[in-house]
Amino acid sequence: MAPKETPKMKQRPIVRLGILIISHSVVVSVICCISGVVALLLLPILAKNTYISENALMPGSANPMLSDQDVGEANKLVNALLDLKSEPISSGRVSTLVAEFISDLGAEVGYHKFYPESNQFHPLHFFSLPDSGSLQENVNCSMYGINVIGIARAPQGDGKEAVVLVTPYNSENADLSDALSIGLTYSVFSLLTQVTWLAKDIIWLVADSRYGEYSSVSAWLRDYQRPVFGASLILDSDTCDGGSRPYDLNNFMTCGKLIDNFKRAGTMAAALVVKVTEKSEPFVDTLNLYAEASNGQMPNLDLINIVNYLAVHRQGLHVKVKKLIPLLNAKWLNVLADILETVGVIFRRLNPQWKFGIPAAEYIDGTATLASSLYYQALGIPTGPHGAFRDYQVDAVTLEFSPYSLRKGRHKEFLLQGSRLIEGVIRSVNNLLEKFHQSFFLYLLTSPGRFVSVGVYMIPFILLVAPLPVMAASLYMNIFDFGPNTETGQLAVSPRSVTWLDAAKMVLIVHFWGAIVSLLPYCICQMDFSTPTMNLAIWSMLSALCFLLLCLVLGLHFNQTEKAKWVVLKSATLSAVFIGLCLMSVVNFATAEIGALLLVPLCLMIHPLKINPNMGTLVNFSRMALNFILLSMAFPPVSFFLLQGAVYGFHGIDIGDFWMWVESLWAWNSATYLYITMIHLPCWVLCLHILLHAR
Amino acid sequence: MELLPSASLFMLLLLSLLIFLPLISIGSVLDGQVEEKFTEELLLKPLPDRKVLAHFHFESTAPRTQYYGRHHHLFPKAIAQLVQKFSIREMELSFTQGRWEYESWGGYDPISSSSAKPPGVELWAVFDVPVDQVDASWKNLTHSLSGLFCASINFLESSTTYSAPELAFHPASVNLRYGTLPREAVCTENLTPWLKLLPCRDKSGISSLLDRPSIYRGFYHSQRLRLRRVKIRADAPDSDTVLEQTLTVVLQPNGIRSKESQSSKRKLHPTWSMSSLFGRKIEGRCALAKSSNVYLQLERDLVAEMKRLKEKRKFFDISVLNEDLIENPAFEISIKPDLVLREVLSSQNESSSLTYEYSIGKSASPNTFDLSFTWKSPVAWSCRKPPLRASRFLMGSGNERGTIAISLRSMGPDEGLNVSDMDKERCVLPVNIFQVVPWYIKVYFHTLKVFIDEKPMSVLDAVEKIHISPSEDKVSPGVMEMVLKLPCGVKSATITLEFDKGFLHIDEYPPDANQGFDIPSAIITFPNIEASIYFDQEITLKDLPLLSSFQEKNPIRYYTEVLLVPLTTPDFSMPYNVITITCTVFALYFGSLLNVLRRRVSEEERLHNAKGKSGPLSRLIAKLRRSKEIQPQSTTTSSSLFSSKLILKIIMVAAIAICWQYLSG
Repeated sequence: MAPKETPKMKQRPIVRLGILIISHSVVVSVICCISGVVALLLLPILAKNTYISENALMPGSANPMLSDQDVGEANKLVNALLDLKSEPISSGRVSTLVAEFISDLGAEVGYHKFYPESNQFHPLHFFSLPDSGSLQENVNCSMYGINVIGIARAPQGDGKEAVVLVTPYNSENADLSDALSIGLTYSVFSLLTQVTWLAKDIIWLVADSRYGEYSSVSAWLRDYQRPVFGASLILDSDTCDGGSRPYDLNNFMTCGKLIDNFKRAGTMAAALVVKVTEKSEPFVDTLNLYAEASNGQMPNLDLINIVNYLAVHRQGLHVKVKKLIPLLNAKWLNVLADILETVGVIFRRLNPQWKFGIPAAEYIDGTATLASSLYYQALGIPTGPHGAFRDYQVDAVTLEFSPYSLRKGRHKEFLLQGSRLIEGVIRSVNNLLEKFHQSFFLYLLTSPGRFVSVGVYMIPFILLVAPLPVMAASLYMNIFDFGPNTETGQLAVSPRSVTWLDAAKMVLIVHFWGAIVSLLPYCICQMDFSTPTMNLAIWSMLSALCFLLLCLVLGLHFNQTEKAKWVVLKSATLSAVFIGLCLMSVVNFATAEIGALLLVPLCLMIHPLKINPNMGTLVNFSRMALNFILLSMAFPPVSFFLLQGAVYGFHGIDIGDFWMWVESLWAWNSATYLYITMIHLPCWVLCLHILLHAR
Repeated sequence: MELLPSASLFMLLLLSLLIFLPLISIGSVLDGQVEEKFTEELLLKPLPDRKVLAHFHFESTAPRTQYYGRHHHLFPKAIAQLVQKFSIREMELSFTQGRWEYESWGGYDPISSSSAKPPGVELWAVFDVPVDQVDASWKNLTHSLSGLFCASINFLESSTTYSAPELAFHPASVNLRYGTLPREAVCTENLTPWLKLLPCRDKSGISSLLDRPSIYRGFYHSQRLRLRRVKIRADAPDSDTVLEQTLTVVLQPNGIRSKESQSSKRKLHPTWSMSSLFGRKIEGRCALAKSSNVYLQLERDLVAEMKRLKEKRKFFDISVLNEDLIENPAFEISIKPDLVLREVLSSQNESSSLTYEYSIGKSASPNTFDLSFTWKSPVAWSCRKPPLRASRFLMGSGNERGTIAISLRSMGPDEGLNVSDMDKERCVLPVNIFQVVPWYIKVYFHTLKVFIDEKPMSVLDAVEKIHISPSEDKVSPGVMEMVLKLPCGVKSATITLEFDKGFLHIDEYPPDANQGFDIPSAIITFPNIEASIYFDQEITLKDLPLLSSFQEKNPIRYYTEVLLVPLTTPDFSMPYNVITITCTVFALYFGSLLNVLRRRVSEEERLHNAKGKSGPLSRLIAKLRRSKEIQPQSTTTSSSLFSSKLILKIIMVAAIAICWQYLSG
């Protein structure tokens, strides 16, 4: 605050407003936090209907050309694949069979041999793409997969762009649905080799998913986008003995196609991953859409829109996106939905033009979808092979058909329906002159046809985060209420800056410790302990040890003498949380949102355990209890288990699960891992430190 | 005395010779070549992938004499004026749609190396003007051509789009300019002006086959115009202007959708005829054409395959193997050719390709000519592939940087160069690569890497000659020309170049900028390998420009794919938002900065104290200020700006608003 000597000086209005807000920080933070949570709960109501933003797409404007003839051909392939299954050795045969079928269509065929690499923790590779050169050291030569690539060239096109179709196929345990997924794509592909309207080349990738769907697709993409010259030969001759080529590779060589001839088309415009599962909803043919890629990136909303539009309005499929099922039966949500519905009715009675409320059932459904959308974006792990495309800025989506008609044995009907949908989507993308850019990239889905755009879902986050700097400022300004009598003259300056520096140092050291904690799993992986529980125990022990060491070395002293210390520390913590959350919201918004929900109330509430004699015991006790609850809830493992328990039930939870979860996070290069170890955990530790602060 | 008359006679003779010599020479010109000449030809060729190549070739020649003045009989005046005005020595303009499939349609024959062109428009020209006027001539030429052919060739005027290659083209010259427009769409509006240059247009003769729907349905469509100035005789004072107009189309015989016929390799090829391909027949020759011929060409491999087939059947019917293959078990031609031309080969063990010649107007039925080709038994053959298969692609992703890679692969052990093993070590295959890169793709030429057979090579070892002119922002494109020396038995060679993606000014973005930006095709030439076919009957070729052009020594040329580079593009739909936000940020920044700079420490205080010394106006202001000052001071100390009055006011306003909303709704 300005020195007291010049009280007559006029403050500028913005400063006055700031001072006003800061002086009412408690009220402001309570209001902001509550309204933040309320705004989050209102998101399903504020969701808008999706619309096709890019006019060039024109979905469904042409009649599908796919005929029974194409489906008949595809059915032949399905039967041939099923026949192969009964034969003893079929791993290589599937590739050759599919390749034969493709080359009979007059399309180009290529093979792509890849060595799947296990996902490794690369501490310094977080936001960069894995470099293919360095990865080839840890390759197992006996394990390799073979992708088949078919390319239909656009007859009059210039070959600058391409649309990718991906069909993951596991030849080792394939069943009817896998064969059908190949048949489905084949029927589309066979049509596309003959049509004249193609402007973009079509690449069909039959991904060998013996070692995972994602790894085969990403291996192909890596060789497509950033091949390494001069390395493949070394790999083949040195590390993997060229003489002992398995039989099926030799087969490929003899059928006239060079295996090392990597087929290419132009820049990828979009990609569709086609899958068929046997799990199905009763009585309806369902289409599941998966869109989340790594770090919460989504494909352009237009891509989802065309799929949804064509599936619902042209093919009569029931489109679904993922939901958190347990939320559907949650009591509190039902009550909330009813309340919101009545509020909506009241609003409509006031003015019929206010379309505020939505039916309770729709609200519950929307919330469950929104929650899952938030959760999967926050995890930062791609929900399918489409995630590999997003790493190269290609819009991709996974279409998972779960046909009911299969149960009744009507394969052809399903094939016709499914392939007409894919044909329609490809036709739309083919119409597109520019790349996808018109519609949203940042959105949350509340149903396949409704979305919340970035402009709306930013509001709850901003409301949640806004109290942090206000509270920090107010605490900092009010130190003197807590501190010794330094209100007179020059003495005020130095102790304040000293305490400030101490607090900043503390925050920095704890964050540094967080960085060390984030690197520890790399060492633990090198040591190779068997059970995840063991790993977790070692990780936590090492972390604690590091913390103690750091404290000893850098001279952090816990014996606080000044009363003001914890206040300054809290203020510094709040600023750190604010900066951390804002940074994270740029990288992965959903993580920041969930993190804010957990951290913000804790940081605002945190107070030393020592009983304040000025207040009543009830107040003291409730504050202590709240602090404890919030603190324990915000501890990453606890919040993980609570979430797991809420979603899947509490039985059968293993401590090791947390380790597995964290492992999956870093294996997928998820920024959520960095957030947890470098922002969330240090801030939690700082809060713990404040809680245990003894005066 | 005797000497004098003989001497005078000699003088007289000499004088008469001097007088009459020009007359004689003019007379000889009038006899020999002063006539303008027009020929029309069509070459048909079955392709291995069930398609048919049709190559139209029209050639008109105009001698440059004073005989006609400015007028011509056959030669298009527009072109003649163009040649005269811009002193064009040589020029080639092509409009292309689709890609030439080098692997299945051939890359070793004269047609593919001369008529396979990159998609869009390609133009190059050599001028007969001083070096400093070349650019001006080029600019004028592009404008004239763009008017002539209804195309946006005038975009080639800007210096960022054209370049001056030194190594890539055969007639290397400082006066050569080269430019491409990869995104130019080609349609009938470009074909019509092209047809107008023909003396018979498309009314009669071979050009009457050009039915628009059927030729634009094809897989490849390239319309080309080439101007040359040639000297027929070395001692001729002036050169002739030769206008060569070709149209190359690749057509699918019986419709696109023919499912049954595509299911297997060993199926019968589709039968075709001229009327089924084009929907029209040739109704006699163009009356102005000196010669009007149709050729049917059978490739080497097809002929060999045929002979094999014949040999197999020999045991059953004892027919003599006639060399011209008109009678054969695989196919049947409806009309007997007037002449069979056989290719002359250096090595004897290969079978030579065959060309059947038909002269229109002289054939049996004078009115209509409809050649049909009926397949009787399945034959599979392959075309002559280029020595190395080139492909160019982009590596990397994101908006920051990337890599261009050009990879050359040999087509297999038996294809390409047939060099004996002994020579293999010493033998070197030179390959010219010509690559133009627009300036906004900032190529770092020092990152050039060469890999031969997957092994990294030093650039000095692999490159014989290199010529680079780096791009200049908004002025000129980057040009790289290099001569690679590859060992003859090379399996694969790759060169990579890294680049940064630049930013454009908002005005410089083309329409549909979000599609990405094109990098024009690279041209790969094999200077030592010539794509030419020599025929056994030399004499007849004199008047057949198409076939004699096959005998010219042209190096094999190969165009790579056009690349599409996504660049960062601004959100064009939101300039208003951007301007608003930027202005707000700037206003806030400069406002506060100025405020801080203007204010001196405790100046306000001094002003406050020194209020008596100032003039009446400032005193008034100070008074007003003071009266205002009391209020905020009180509010900050009491810290309740929202006095009950204010809250009441706000509530009232809100209530009025709600009521109004309710009533109006």
